[in-house]
This record gives sequence, structure tokens and C-alpha cells, in this order.
Amino acid sequence: MSANLSAVFYLISGVLFILALRGLSSPETSRQGNLFGIIGMIIAITVTFLSVGNFSNGFLYVFIFLIIGGAIGSFIAFKIPMTAMPELVAGFHSLVGLAAVFVAISAFINPEAFNLGSPGKIKLASLIEMSIGGAVGAITFSGSIIAFLKLQGVMSGAPITFKGQHLLNALILISIFVLTYLLCASQSSNLFWILIGISFLIGFLIIIPIGGADMPVVISMLNSYSGWAAAGIGFTLENTALIITGALVGSSGAILSYIMCKGMNRSFFNVILGGFGATEQSTSNQNKEQRPVKSGNADDAAFLMKNASSVIIVPGYGMAVAQAQHALREMVDTLKKNDIKVSYAIHPVAGRMPGHMNVLLAEANVPYDEVFELEEINNDFANADVAFVIGANDVTNPVAKTDPQSPIYGMPVLDVEKCKSVLFVKRSLSPGYAGIDNDLFYKENTLMLFADAKKMTEDITKNL
Amino acid sequence: MEIDPFIFRLSIFILSIFIGYYVVWSVTPSLHTPLMSVTNAISSVIIVGAIIAALASNEGNIFSSSSLFGYFAIALAAINIFGGFLVTQRMLAMYKKKKKDK
Repeated sequence: MSANLSAVFYLISGVLFILALRGLSSPETSRQGNLFGIIGMIIAITVTFLSVGNFSNGFLYVFIFLIIGGAIGSFIAFKIPMTAMPELVAGFHSLVGLAAVFVAISAFINPEAFNLGSPGKIKLASLIEMSIGGAVGAITFSGSIIAFLKLQGVMSGAPITFKGQHLLNALILISIFVLTYLLCASQSSNLFWILIGISFLIGFLIIIPIGGADMPVVISMLNSYSGWAAAGIGFTLENTALIITGALVGSSGAILSYIMCKGMNRSFFNVILGGFGATEQSTSNQNKEQRPVKSGNADDAAFLMKNASSVIIVPGYGMAVAQAQHALREMVDTLKKNDIKVSYAIHPVAGRMPGHMNVLLAEANVPYDEVFELEEINNDFANADVAFVIGANDVTNPVAKTDPQSPIYGMPVLDVEKCKSVLFVKRSLSPGYAGIDNDLFYKENTLMLFADAKKMTEDITKNL
Repeated sequence: MEIDPFIFRLSIFILSIFIGYYVVWSVTPSLHTPLMSVTNAISSVIIVGAIIAALASNEGNIFSSSSLFGYFAIALAAINIFGGFLVTQRMLAMYKKKKKDK
């Protein structure tokens, strides 16, 4: 296959990838979009086989590895529970990163295969591009591994900080640039290996100081990195499909990180430099005076809801942990039978990755047109009779609007306190991720329901 | 004077960033998780590089070190391609069901 023809096909698959993302603008078109993505991928792979045109023994092995990888991937995709999506995505990012590193290494030791010159005489531009692709890939790999371990709970979610951390990171980052420069000047393979090695190290060091609560930002950021790594390799291979895809994924991840940061009212650098959880402990201890709370049982809650005409559900990650989403849906079904209007309010950072809560509700058969984003529903709280907060905490804290001293001041929150009455399902009065007390617990119109989210929801349904 | 082909690729890259920017902002927030899994899947188009690495220049030796890196990269990218697209499909199918209930 001629180089020009294959370039045209790579361009077509790039366009199909754009359409795949475009399809996600609404649930109706999304499945079609995914299909475009699959077709784009098939075209890209087929064209590559045809343009290499080598169907010797090696081809058989390519096929075997493709099948092995495909089988593992399919198995994971069917088995993974929806609550574990953040871990899955972090794990997948690490694989893209590692694949980019492998391709960069391969191009470095055998540049003839890619038309990049010969070993020791690689074209300057290509050498820069593969260094960038390899280094960013390595950072993506080790960073995603840490994110994966933190999400899995294998590693503590607490930020790991030590003295001189920022200085060390800065030095390593500078040395990456210096090494790239030296590598280009000398073409030395030792420098190339060192460059890849310290990139793995910096990925690891960047992610360890970031706390568990910031994982939505981290995942989005690594998503972005995996895109830039792919784009870097795309320049090396002079492949349009890879360049387009890399740019798309890179900007997608960057936008998601921005949305997540905005949802927490924190600057990107503030998250990256880490140590959120560490600074909060001191403030939370000061306001520990005992204040009266009203607590109730499932019966009280059922009574309140039965007499309401509209109910807004505010789910948080705690709901997913308690596996209460199906019980919740059943409760809502019962409410709907009694002609009570029910909607769901979702905060941008509810769950552990962008849009995670929506997927969990969708899995429990909640129709997506009953689920609203913060800006869409925040004005409705004032007109609603009951707000049912289940597994959420910090995102409902009115302190974010009233107390400039608070670490979450300025963060957009759901105006739950404006409801006529608030039902707050929680196991205890303990603070949430941000480590601060929630003023909502002590409001006149709040009724605390101290119980496991799933059990409480089931009990309410029985009492309705 | 002839323009370096690199400039063309750079143009494609820059314009794609802009396309990505506008397309991603139009993605509805409720589909942000599928967005991440599908971007994951498509970024594995890096498999193209892996295939070239694995197949090129084998001159009788199909297990040269550069080919081996290629094979491993193929397996990694394949996990992502199949896993990414299928899990996206699985998630999007759940959004579909609601539509039918209505």
C-alpha cells in the first residue's frame, strides 16, 4: 500500500475518533459514537498491516499477542464492577503509557524500521519527539500505577510528603530537559535509558503527595498525559491518526481536570503540589464543640417523604460504598407511585472520577433524564419539600458559602439547606474527605438518620 | 522554498487540539466517565507504532530486541483497545435501557 493512500486512511480513522467523542454529547448518539471509534481503530490497524506488508512468521506472533491482549481486555471489561471504574481507567492509562515507552525504545534501538535514520544517527527532530513521547509515557505509567494503588486501597490515600519534595521534583524535571538536550547532542543510548528511568521516577514522585480526595483530578490529568505521550510518538512515526488522537485525548483530559478543579474550587497547581488533607486537620480540631443534632429513624423519614410533593436525592460516593443504589431506586419507585416528584442532584466531584455517580445511577436503572447537574438543579432546592442526602457530605456543606476561613470556602455546593426539610443518611457525625464539620448537621430542618445507607433506604421503603 | 513536512504535522496537531477542546466541552457531564474510557481506547491507536516495531526489519530474526518491545506493546495496547471500547459499550448500554422504559 502506498504511503499516500495509507496516510489518507489514517486521516479517516482520526476523523472517526473525533466523531466518537462528538457522539458523547448526548446519551442517544453515544453508542453510535462508540461504533465510529471501533471502526476507526479497525481501519488504523488494518492499514498498518497492509502498509508494512510483511506477513512472515512475525505476523503470526503479532496476531497471538493481539489476541492475548484482546482476551485479557475483554475479560476485564465484562467483569469489572461499575464502582471500580476509577481503578480500571487508571490501570488502562498506565498501559497506554507503557506501550508508548516500548514503542519509543523500539524506535530508538531500531530506527531503520521507522525510517528515522540509523542507530547513532537518528534524525534530530525524531530523537526529540521520541524522547518526549517516551518520557511522558513513562510518567503516565508510574503515575497511573500509584493512582491505581491508592484507589484500590492497597496504598494509603493519605498524601505522602517529605522535606525537600518540591525541590527534588523540580531538579528531576530540569534534569529531564538537560538529558534530552545531551541525548540529542551525543545520541548516546545510556542517556536514553537514564531519561526513561528518571521519567518513571518523577511520575511516581508527582502522584504520591496527592491525597485520595483529589483522585478525580489525578485521573483526568493522567488521561491528558497519556494523550500527549501518544501524540509525541505520533510525530515520531509521522502518523496522522496518532497525532489527531493524541491531541484529542490530551485536551479532553485537560478539560476534565479543569472541571474537577473548579468543582472543588482549587487551582490545578494547588492539587498537583499536594498536601490537601494535611493542612485541614488543624482547623477541624478547633471547632469540635458539641452542638445539638436532631436524629430520627426510618419511620420519621418515611412520614416526611410521604407528605412531600417533591423530593431531591443527593447521592455521594458513600452510597456506592454501601451498595445502596438499587435500594435507593426502589425507594424512589415507591415514592413515584405516591405521585411524588423525584429528581437526583449530582455534584461535579461526587464519586471518584468525572461522571462516576451518573454511571452508578444508570447501572441501578435510574433514567438519565431524572438526573441533574449542580447548575441545573441548584435553584430547585428552595421549592423542594425534602432533600435526601445519601453518602454525600462536603458537597452539601453551607460553610463553603458562609465562612471565608473554611478550607472549602468558595467551592460550589448544592443548596440543600434551602429545602423545607433535609434527611441526612450517615453512619456518624464524622467529617468527610475535606476533614471539616458540616454545618448542615445542626440546622433546624435537618433530620439525621444514623445508619448504613443501604439498610436505612430499605427500611424507609418498607415504611412508605 | 519547500515546507518541512513536520510543519504540516504540527498544523494537524494544533488544529486537533482545538477540535478536541470544542468537542469535549460539548460532552454532557453525565457521560464524562464513558468519555474517559473511550479516550483511553482510542489513545491505544499507538498499537500502530507497536505493529511497525514488531514486524519491521526482521531479516530472519523475528525476536530481535526491538521486535520484542513491539510485541509487548501490542499486547498492552490490545488490552486497552478491547477493554476500553467494551467497557464503554457496557456503560452506554445502561444509559440506553432508561430510554426504553420511558
